[in-house]
Amino acid sequence: MQQSAPAKPASETAPAAPATLSAAPRFRAAHVAVPFLLFTLFAILPAFAQFGAEGYILSLVMRVMIFAIAAMSLDLILGYGAMVSFGHAAFIGIGAYGAGILMRHTVDDFFIQLGAALGASALFALATGALSLRTKGVYFIMITLAFGQMGFFFFVSLAAYGGDDGMTLRTTPQIFGQDWLAHRHFLYYLIFACMLGVYFLLRAIVRSRFGRVLRGAKENPVRMQAIGFSPYRFQLAAYVIAGTICGLAGFLLAHQTEFIAPAFMTWQRSGELIVMVVLGGMGTLHGAIIGAAAFLILEEMLSRITQDWKLIFGPFLVLVALFARGGIMGFLRRWGLK
Amino acid sequence: MSMALQLRNLRKSFGALKVTDDVSLDVARGELHAIIGPNGAGKTTLIHQISGIAASDDGRILFEGEDVTALAMHQRVVRGLARSFQITSILPGFTALENVAMAVQAREGTSFSFFGDPAREEALTAPAMEALAIVNLEARADIPSGELSHGEKRQLELAIALATQPKMLLLDEPLAGTGREESERVVATLKSLKGHYTILLIEHDMEAVFALADRVSVLVYGRIIASGPPDQVRADPEVRKAYLGEEA
Amino acid sequence: MYTTLIAVQTLNGLQLGIILFLIAAGLTLVFGVMDFINLAHGVQYMVGAYFAFTFTALTGSFTLGLLLALPAALIVGLILEVLVFRHLYDRDHLEQVLATFGIILFLNQGVKVVWGASPLYVPVPELLQGSIQIFEGFFYPIYRLAIIGAGLGVAALLYFLVSYTRAGMLVRAGATNARMVSALGIDIRRLFMVVFGFGAMLAGFAGAMVAPILSVEPGMGDNLLILAFVVIVIGGIGSIRGAFIAALLIGLVDTLGRGFATDILRLVMDPSAASQTGRAIAPMLIYILMALVLIFRPSGLFPVKR
Repeated sequence: MQQSAPAKPASETAPAAPATLSAAPRFRAAHVAVPFLLFTLFAILPAFAQFGAEGYILSLVMRVMIFAIAAMSLDLILGYGAMVSFGHAAFIGIGAYGAGILMRHTVDDFFIQLGAALGASALFALATGALSLRTKGVYFIMITLAFGQMGFFFFVSLAAYGGDDGMTLRTTPQIFGQDWLAHRHFLYYLIFACMLGVYFLLRAIVRSRFGRVLRGAKENPVRMQAIGFSPYRFQLAAYVIAGTICGLAGFLLAHQTEFIAPAFMTWQRSGELIVMVVLGGMGTLHGAIIGAAAFLILEEMLSRITQDWKLIFGPFLVLVALFARGGIMGFLRRWGLK
Repeated sequence: MSMALQLRNLRKSFGALKVTDDVSLDVARGELHAIIGPNGAGKTTLIHQISGIAASDDGRILFEGEDVTALAMHQRVVRGLARSFQITSILPGFTALENVAMAVQAREGTSFSFFGDPAREEALTAPAMEALAIVNLEARADIPSGELSHGEKRQLELAIALATQPKMLLLDEPLAGTGREESERVVATLKSLKGHYTILLIEHDMEAVFALADRVSVLVYGRIIASGPPDQVRADPEVRKAYLGEEA
Repeated sequence: MYTTLIAVQTLNGLQLGIILFLIAAGLTLVFGVMDFINLAHGVQYMVGAYFAFTFTALTGSFTLGLLLALPAALIVGLILEVLVFRHLYDRDHLEQVLATFGIILFLNQGVKVVWGASPLYVPVPELLQGSIQIFEGFFYPIYRLAIIGAGLGVAALLYFLVSYTRAGMLVRAGATNARMVSALGIDIRRLFMVVFGFGAMLAGFAGAMVAPILSVEPGMGDNLLILAFVVIVIGGIGSIRGAFIAALLIGLVDTLGRGFATDILRLVMDPSAASQTGRAIAPMLIYILMALVLIFRPSGLFPVKR
């Protein structure tokens, strides 16, 4: 864990004090310029999408943004809190079913659905987090996996809502009684706004007093106790925040795909979320966005070249794990932004 | 004289090995009490038990008259019992100032605050700078603590402990691994702290111990074999045989 | 009649437990000795089943097919160890997850390319076909009994190896304190490789054994992997004995739960509610069990590491 301390790369190449000082602003520049570029790209993309296969491009990018939200929420606990959750996709499912079940019962107000989805996610996170955080390390990974599987099988058993196969959402929810969500561009910018909001919210959180304690507990939990902190409460709060935000991603995913299914929350999905975060570079937030984009776009591109795209994608992940420490952001830091 | 710390029949075993064997000890308020003993005598384990990292098998720990035996480490810290570590334990990714500010934050206001930049909070940085000043690290405040020299890290440990506003300091070999010049600086710092805080000091450096301590206890194989003013302990025949004799 | 059903389900549960143990044994050692999270352990089970299919078809004999599948599974395991895993032993758990996740994708797709996507079937060996009457009115397939027998045999062998051989002693010591073992001057890399190859072979053996009773298909190891993780966590990471007990426990709880949850709930609920709840709870039982174990014993039932 200590190897991933953010200050390390600079000190490895330049032991002298002046060099490290100049490394700091460069580091900060990457943290401003990269997200700015990213968000600009997402903002103007619909204007250019009309020159290509518009529907296809927009839905791919919406998917990217939704998973970016999920990946950022995982990054909060994984990258800043060292809590490796292997059941994070459960919250995608809970958020999606929160929307879908209400829709099925003709509750089609957007805000009621959103409240239900976020509330259910927060409650599930509170209950499972309170228990999971009693364990450490590998056992934490496994107990979160167990809770994720429980959620999966719970929704599989709900025959009334499609069981294994899931169900299609035939209508869109109403915002102030209006049918705005039926417009693709409205949905696009709604998702964009959510992503932006989540990014700035999480960025504020990790820099706040709370975030400091969380990051401190990641680096050295014993030291934090030795100055009077009990990491448990902070980790639990972070776990609930992350679960709730991931529930938001699930809620958006349900309305974007107009479909919900237990397949949203398999353990492989949880694994993919981890891959996105690690691929982009843990503990940077915008790295999670880049990771989600890289994962989904690569998947999309490779699957157009060959239906056996996993034969390429699998070894690619192995190579990333072996050689690209710190993921794509770490790679950029070492080479691109020198 | 009122007691800051009272240990009563403290015990701890790892399997068959008795690491702490019926230790009872009183440390008076304002006193600098040193514990010496050969390697493997159980000094660090004793500090772990007092600070709360390790649970005791038996016995009681009273701090300022309150029984803290069952409390977790962070609860003991809040009551004013701070410690440093023999093997440097800092937050390497944070600057020296942030390390100390974190300790200030632990007692100052709430940490369930999700917005705002703590680096700009005077209430955190000002006391942190004061603590850094005590150990002469103000000039290094903005350096990531992982890049500090070994001696500076030892000083930083001390500053972190001070920033928790303790009543008592448990110092586990603050001179460990420091060079001559650095160790002189640490000894000077300890001298300046003496009298302001109750201090329990574990140290190998005999010269430093006998120069600083009001009282000295000798720990051998988990038992305290002698306790008293430095000169008396130095003269104790049993101590000479068990410990000082080895050194000479 | 009901006794027969219980007896059948109990034996089915034991059989699942034995298979789980064969997979979990390697996983728990790799985990305990090397502190390595190997998500790709499930695909090694799958690969074993595919090898059994091919070699049985080639030789016309399941016994020969099984005997050839073992070294083949071992070789695949060793190739993965040399190419990927050994570079990740002292890395972060997350990087191990990333790499082994990639291997899952690769091998699941790989078998699809080589053997096709549709399920394959391996005939039950002639000698072990049919059922045997265990008591009046209760018949049970011989082959399934053979699986239980073979699994118990391997468990006994494993127990002997770990308890009484030098390599086994090193493995036990390594699970408790890896640094100490390397301090003794043992070539820890070679020990890791042996443990790893052995674990891969056990998983392959499990896959080959179930090939005649399950369909051999891509992704068949994915769910087994998760079950094996549940087993080693309940048993205590690094503990063979814990893995054995937990594997049987999980096998029985899962099988009997799916078989009888609804019936049991019917005693306290009305039938339709019972069947709805039973269907929901049965597949969750083992995860509930695991969560309970971890809440009360955060290091599993038989913790090895101090």
